[in-house]
Amino acid sequence: MIPLWWYLILSAALFSIGLFGALARKNAVAILLGIELMLNAVNINLVSFWRYNDPTRIDGQVFAIIVFAVAAAEVAVGLALVISVYRRRNTVVADEIDLMKW
Amino acid sequence: MTVAQIIFLITAAVILGSAAMVVTTRNLVHAALWLIVTLFGAAVLFAMLNAGFIAVVQVVVYIGAIAILFIFAVMLTRREMNDTGPGLNKGWWLSAVTSALTFGGLVWLLQGWDGLSKVAPALGSEFDAIGALANALVSPEAYVLPFEVASVLLLAALVGAVYIAFQRKGEE
Repeated sequence: MIPLWWYLILSAALFSIGLFGALARKNAVAILLGIELMLNAVNINLVSFWRYNDPTRIDGQVFAIIVFAVAAAEVAVGLALVISVYRRRNTVVADEIDLMKW
Repeated sequence: MTVAQIIFLITAAVILGSAAMVVTTRNLVHAALWLIVTLFGAAVLFAMLNAGFIAVVQVVVYIGAIAILFIFAVMLTRREMNDTGPGLNKGWWLSAVTSALTFGGLVWLLQGWDGLSKVAPALGSEFDAIGALANALVSPEAYVLPFEVASVLLLAALVGAVYIAFQRKGEE
């Protein structure tokens, strides 16, 4: 049987890789890819806690479903913003989108 | 070492390797395709955790919708077919230090917790996880309100995304 901490370490590592991607990438689409990795790490955590705690209480899976819905909404709006910015400024590099930088 | 442990280790290696490729590869279409590999590995993990519905939703929603959306966004926002210049910004080592510190902090937090070597309780043969999830999502005692709020959120996000990305007349 797989102990719980294997899942937790895996999702911590996946979260850290996603954090690196969100912080270090130049392209705005790549930043969103990093955020997707982080959301997936959270989902693995939620589902493994559901399985290892008390499977008759279904709360962990419901949380994971809500995270799915929020991730879909976030990606739709985020990519629409990226496309809109690309249309106006002809760039998707996050450093060059500095209209609100003083 | 049991078969489940071997499958877990292979899946974990695939997930972490493809996630590293997602954040480091320069070609964004390749990054999106590596993201699909990562998401599929997560779906395998959900199936191993007896969360069948989550595994299917992972494949349908994440791989079928979100990853495809990413590929379309990459195609719509590229000036030329080859991405030029470095994919990481100048302070990338600072980001690497931050994420390594995050990982170290999480591991440090975890090793002080006493529930780590917990093994999964056996599921009764008559226990129906998908039925229980369905009941929880529509039962007024449980999660019907967050469920409805999530559907309104998706509708609002849909309308907002269309409005933001809409090309008005007179714009080039």
